[in-house]
Amino acid sequence: MSLVVSPSMVQRWTRLSRRAAAAVVIVLLGLAVLPGVLGAGAIDRLAALFVYVIMAAMWNALAGYGGLVSVGQQMFFGLGAYFTVRLAETGLDPFVAMGMASLLVAVVSYPLSLVMLRLKGGEFAIGMWVVSALTHLMVNLDGLIQGETGRSLISLNAYAPGARRDIIYWLALVAMTGLLGGLFALLRNRTGASIQAIRDNEEAAGSLGIDVTRTKRLIFVLAAFGIGVAGALWLASATTFQPKTYFSVQWTAYMIFMVLVGGIGRFEGAILGAVIFFLIETWFGALGVWYLIGLGVVALLFSLFMPLGLWGAIETRFGVSLMPVGYRLEIPPQSRKD
Amino acid sequence: MTNQIVQGILLGGYYALIACGLSFMFSVMRIINLAHGSLAVAAAYLIFVLSERAQLPLWACFIVAVAVMAVAGWLIQRLILDRSARGGQLLPILSTFGLSMVIENALFEQFGADTRSLASAIGDLSWDSWELPGGLYVGKLPVLIFVTAVVLLAGLQLMLSYTRIGRAIRATAEDPDTAGLVGIDARRVNAVAAAITLVTVTIAGMFLGMRATFEPYSGAPQLLFAFEASVIGGAGSLWGTLAGGIILGLAQTCGASLHPLGFLIAGHGVFLIILFARLMFPDLASMPARLIRRGAAA
Repeated sequence: MSLVVSPSMVQRWTRLSRRAAAAVVIVLLGLAVLPGVLGAGAIDRLAALFVYVIMAAMWNALAGYGGLVSVGQQMFFGLGAYFTVRLAETGLDPFVAMGMASLLVAVVSYPLSLVMLRLKGGEFAIGMWVVSALTHLMVNLDGLIQGETGRSLISLNAYAPGARRDIIYWLALVAMTGLLGGLFALLRNRTGASIQAIRDNEEAAGSLGIDVTRTKRLIFVLAAFGIGVAGALWLASATTFQPKTYFSVQWTAYMIFMVLVGGIGRFEGAILGAVIFFLIETWFGALGVWYLIGLGVVALLFSLFMPLGLWGAIETRFGVSLMPVGYRLEIPPQSRKD
Repeated sequence: MTNQIVQGILLGGYYALIACGLSFMFSVMRIINLAHGSLAVAAAYLIFVLSERAQLPLWACFIVAVAVMAVAGWLIQRLILDRSARGGQLLPILSTFGLSMVIENALFEQFGADTRSLASAIGDLSWDSWELPGGLYVGKLPVLIFVTAVVLLAGLQLMLSYTRIGRAIRATAEDPDTAGLVGIDARRVNAVAAAITLVTVTIAGMFLGMRATFEPYSGAPQLLFAFEASVIGGAGSLWGTLAGGIILGLAQTCGASLHPLGFLIAGHGVFLIILFARLMFPDLASMPARLIRRGAAA
């Protein structure tokens, strides 16, 4: 009997994940042609779903991969919308303004990361909340916004309502695909290995020579940018900017819910969580305050009894990974016999 | 100007009161409880209901509320914090955030959006004041709050230093496993510490209701103020919390005289400036604590 029949293999893609990738492409192509098929209401709702997926993925990148739980991400959501309004006032096309506003959010988040990333755990969480509250107040001071009076994205009127809805839908779809694709690529390259090492053990990662701060800063800025995009998209479909709606901690509550339920630190988890949140909102959103109590209870229960979320449970139970960001060891059956 | 300084210092007493529980829980369990503010508001509602609907005298309401909240603290520790703390550093943040969401919205469901106040239960006290030389007026209620804060902080300090449970709490905070070796049940100690925390939260919630109005979602700002005061004072230090509260109170009162939004802006601003300064110059971090220690030694 030979000692080694065939060597074990390190794999990324399995047959299942290859099929999943093909399915993703088909689904995205299908989604792209939907505006010709579905009615206005459904298109608006789907655009909202894309925004939720973006927010969940970005919060997951920050908390699940960077180990940074923030309760202040509504700041970037609000700033994305605010900068869009501000830039559109200068006569810029509203959709161009949205893109530039998102970039501006990323620029602003960089110096912020220098300070905030020195905080740890709960201090970072509430520290971000304080900065968000302060940002909200500063936006209130802007003469254009006039406290809580707000301002509309008037220049959107240049587009006919139907065309506007389709453009927003496609922009949301492209933004979601781009951000998720970017995150996926990032997690699979060398930086991704560092990010996941930091998630698992920050000190150990540091001792291996990983620049922990630089890596965290990258995630912080990426998450800020992504949530800024989400804020700009939300503004485009809602058209009115009112500071307290956009800077509400509710947004972070939703992000936490989606990621906790879907699976923190799991790429697929955030997407699953966003879809679940979207369905719950569609079915139970009309219940008002009971709906919010329910969200809180579910988030609490998941954090206590299923901290890896639904996708974490699926992954552990069945060993599947649709979007492989890690490696897996495949041991051929015959070598097990030896 | 003198007036603002006096009012700011007195306001700081309230912040120290709301911050000491947050700081205490952090120093014992290393958990920042995001439901801290909502729990204070819940305590205020409890006292409100007992006093308005059950028509109990205020002291009786207070005693009942303290008992109820202490039991709630015990349960929160046993059912939520204990379990989530085992899952790492991040989970307690998420579970306490979920808890605060439940508390806030449950309060909203029960009481609606109306703002409430305990002012009617304390009659004259809510506006009575003493006149100091120089035409300065200080409200009796703010002075009472400040004195309560000092007494409470001193009481906590004495409890930690001299009682059996205080020693057990300090030992558990230092190293729960080693404390276990000498027969200290860390779970029980933490539950007691959580109960004590919620007693302080109840006192803070009561004064919140007396000095201002509250509504179901008032918890978030209270949490932020508590957090700011405890971080400014150096997290984990009880007397530092008083200093932090006073600095926050002073900043807010001065800010308020400049602009309607200045109250909040100056408060958050001072917090961030101090945080920033401390991160840039780490030596400053232990400054307040060192100064106090030197003061105590002299």
